[in-house]
Amino acid sequence: MATGDQPVMNPGGPLSGTVARRRFVEALLGGGFLATAVAFVYPVLRYLVPPKTSDLGGDSVVAARVGELKPNSGKIFRFGSRPGLLIRTADGNYRALSATCTHLSCTVQYRDDLREVWCACHNGKYNLDGRNLSGPPPRPLEAFDVQVRGDEIFVRRRREA
Amino acid sequence: MATSQNKKRSRAAGRPHWLLGFLLLAVSLSFGQTKNSCLDCHSVLPEPLGVTAEKFSQDIHAQKGLTCASCHGGDPASDDAEKAMNRKTGWRGHIERKQIPQLCGSCHSDPAYIRQFNPSLRTDQLAQYHTSVHGKRLAMDDTKVAVCTDCHSVHDLRAPSDPRSSVNPVNVAKTCSRCHADANYMKGYSIPTDQFAKYTASVHHEALAVRSDLSAPTCTTCHGNHGAAPPGVDKVQNVCSTCHVFQAQMYEKSSHKDAFQAASFPGCVVCHSNHGITHPTDAMLGTGPQATCMQCHTPGDACDQARAALLTDLNQLDQAIKHADQALSFAESSGMEVSEARLAQNQARDSLTKARVTIHSFRKDLVDQDIQAGVATAARNLQAGQKAMAERNYRRLGLGISLLAISIVLAGLWLYIRQIES
Amino acid sequence: MNASRSLRAWLDQRFDWDNLVAPLRKKTVPLHRLSYWYFLGGITFFLFLIQVLTGILLLLYYRPGANEAFESVQYIMTQVQFGWLIRSIHSWSANLMIFTAFAHMFSVLFLKAYRKPHELTWVSGVILLFLVMGFGFSGYLLPWNTLAFFATKVGTEITGQVPLIGKPLMIFLRGGEEVTGATLSRFFGFHVALLPGLATLLLLIHLLLVQRLGISVPPRLEMEWAANPAVKREMKFFPNFLLRELMAWYVALGVLGALAAIFPWNLGVKADPFAPAPAGIKPEWYFLFMFQTLKLLPPKVGFIDGEILGVLAFGLVGLLWLLLPFFERDQPSRSRHWITGVAVFALAYIAGMTVYGHFAK
Repeated sequence: MATGDQPVMNPGGPLSGTVARRRFVEALLGGGFLATAVAFVYPVLRYLVPPKTSDLGGDSVVAARVGELKPNSGKIFRFGSRPGLLIRTADGNYRALSATCTHLSCTVQYRDDLREVWCACHNGKYNLDGRNLSGPPPRPLEAFDVQVRGDEIFVRRRREA
Repeated sequence: MATSQNKKRSRAAGRPHWLLGFLLLAVSLSFGQTKNSCLDCHSVLPEPLGVTAEKFSQDIHAQKGLTCASCHGGDPASDDAEKAMNRKTGWRGHIERKQIPQLCGSCHSDPAYIRQFNPSLRTDQLAQYHTSVHGKRLAMDDTKVAVCTDCHSVHDLRAPSDPRSSVNPVNVAKTCSRCHADANYMKGYSIPTDQFAKYTASVHHEALAVRSDLSAPTCTTCHGNHGAAPPGVDKVQNVCSTCHVFQAQMYEKSSHKDAFQAASFPGCVVCHSNHGITHPTDAMLGTGPQATCMQCHTPGDACDQARAALLTDLNQLDQAIKHADQALSFAESSGMEVSEARLAQNQARDSLTKARVTIHSFRKDLVDQDIQAGVATAARNLQAGQKAMAERNYRRLGLGISLLAISIVLAGLWLYIRQIES
Repeated sequence: MNASRSLRAWLDQRFDWDNLVAPLRKKTVPLHRLSYWYFLGGITFFLFLIQVLTGILLLLYYRPGANEAFESVQYIMTQVQFGWLIRSIHSWSANLMIFTAFAHMFSVLFLKAYRKPHELTWVSGVILLFLVMGFGFSGYLLPWNTLAFFATKVGTEITGQVPLIGKPLMIFLRGGEEVTGATLSRFFGFHVALLPGLATLLLLIHLLLVQRLGISVPPRLEMEWAANPAVKREMKFFPNFLLRELMAWYVALGVLGALAAIFPWNLGVKADPFAPAPAGIKPEWYFLFMFQTLKLLPPKVGFIDGEILGVLAFGLVGLLWLLLPFFERDQPSRSRHWITGVAVFALAYIAGMTVYGHFAK
């Protein structure tokens, strides 16, 4: 209850015992503060360093690098939580479509022999604009915008939220 | 045209302009309308002679400008019943069932005529009908069979694309069932009457009527509509293969094709049934109540062993996928991010779908290719899930260390407080 | 110690430091059976500081805007080093802070610390409580997930029920007729600029008043100590109470860390304005008691619409709550029991309705 901020010396005991006690408490406190400060500052410092994979926002994704795809071939890439299909046509242009078949959600692929998008599950076919041509698919595939910037190929959703 | 309204036309001279204008308007309006004396009586007569104007307005023929006389003949301009309904001047009256296809065909088989209304409408319906079971039996004077009006309705006939039409794909099965599910009506014919009941329990019905997937088949998809007939025992897989391409391709090259053909078994129908097609399961390869293979094969023979091996393969992949899913769920509920692996699980599931198609080749080596691809993917995803759990544990370790540091501080503070207050 | 002495001298020469902190040295905290409740205000303040710190860190990566908000939070949770920790601490601390703010308010109510001359401390505190709930409501929308989207829709819809000013108020809150990306931008502005500004101002007033007026003591004890000063027990604020407060803060920090690591905050599913609302949408727990009340009210009470009546009633209660201290007359006993009764009822009602709302379908 006393509010002095100097320790009352233990009248009967050795001086060194109390001082040692004081040192111990100070060490404990100092060490504890240091430890908690580190445990606190370390994550914050790591947090401040931007990660390697840059966040492009939900609408835009790097689907591939220039030169990765040969003409008349396709590649599945990740777009948000769903797969996308990047196609390099025979004349070198890029097209990007949603790769989720509109029939029963299998992942579609590019057929270089048919030059069409094809679903292996039930033989659904789409043209390069995503339009459903034949087979079970009831709706076209969603088409995305493709932009080549430098040596990266960006795919972006068309609609605005 | 000498209509009664025309006779009311009066001379312009000496009349006010507005009256002239009104009269010209009345005249021009009435110019387009043909008088239809048939409806005057028949719209108020009771069934079966009665056809209300409202009902007939739903008919696509009426909407295209055709009238009662177009099919029934007679003179709609005349109010005198004897003149209007005179067989000598072409009135046909009630059309006999046997005459109906010919009557409809008189326009619908004439390409030049139909072109005026809908150039892309087919004109071979009558020809097809003659090849059908219905057409052939009608030619033998069996008037119980379906004629055009039985399926398409009459006087309120709608285009097939209209969802209220009795021949709209979603409604076709019900239309066929009106006769084919009626045991009394079908007495005397040697075909069963349970097709509709079986079909409504099938996957195809669920797809078409419930999920509105118009790519799913109804009666006419497999049997034909105008040329309706069963495909024939040896042609069944041709019909199924129009949609189920890969399964058919696998089956064509398989041992079962020749065996079934030799025994005159109806291909796909042997295992999958025709009308009551349910969702196939891996259990069909098993030995339980849904066992399909064992309905023919002898336990212990080479085929039984092959079957067991195929089932084991499928189960292996199924289990691998479930195992990975579980690990990923656990990681997710612990707050870890595993969406990439979740996405890749779709690939593993695709492999399983493919394997189940490849089953139709009845060759273990082909099925194994799909299985192994799927198992590899599932294994990778399982690893991702386990990595996420390792990260989670690392976090808990970090937490433990921080809590230790905090407890040291708390101990230090408490001691310090005691110290300065002693 | 030489270093700290010369530092103090330096500060004193430039800030008149010693005179500035002199009152602090003299500040005392009353010691009695219920002194532990005094920690709550400080803990709430600590959690507020945590919110400011983690909030600023989140601001470095968060992107407001319907296109990017969800993805940026996902990015923070998955790609940024310790992003999951910062974000989870922010979310947990928010909930804890609202809880301790309510607890602090009720402890003040039961300990009767709102009496003269502390009325303005109470008023500033109640306004702070409203601001804190505003922080919760605006912050909840920022990740732009389905639950938040529909909770905001329902919440702002209810605001629109207030007669006369309801509709314009709703449009002001939503940034339009419906909840859209514009609402998100607006809520973001509220959450990181408007509300922090107002809260800082009110906090300064609140803390200044506490400093200047000293800490209140329950009435009966007050009378005892006035009669017999020798019985009075006090503790120096600096360093004794402050050290104990520091312990409480460290405990709170430990609790937060544990919650963040063991129960990281959910990401949810990205909001789709065109999808139908999921069944059983409920607001966050601190709004549940009001929400559940509105659900239980009949569609019509007399000639007034039930929901409007509910909203108006809550508005009225809020206003009365703000002005509570001014209802206490100088005759201590009767009005005090009355207010205690109200306090008990309010606590029971809020707690009961929250639990009910949580378990109701």
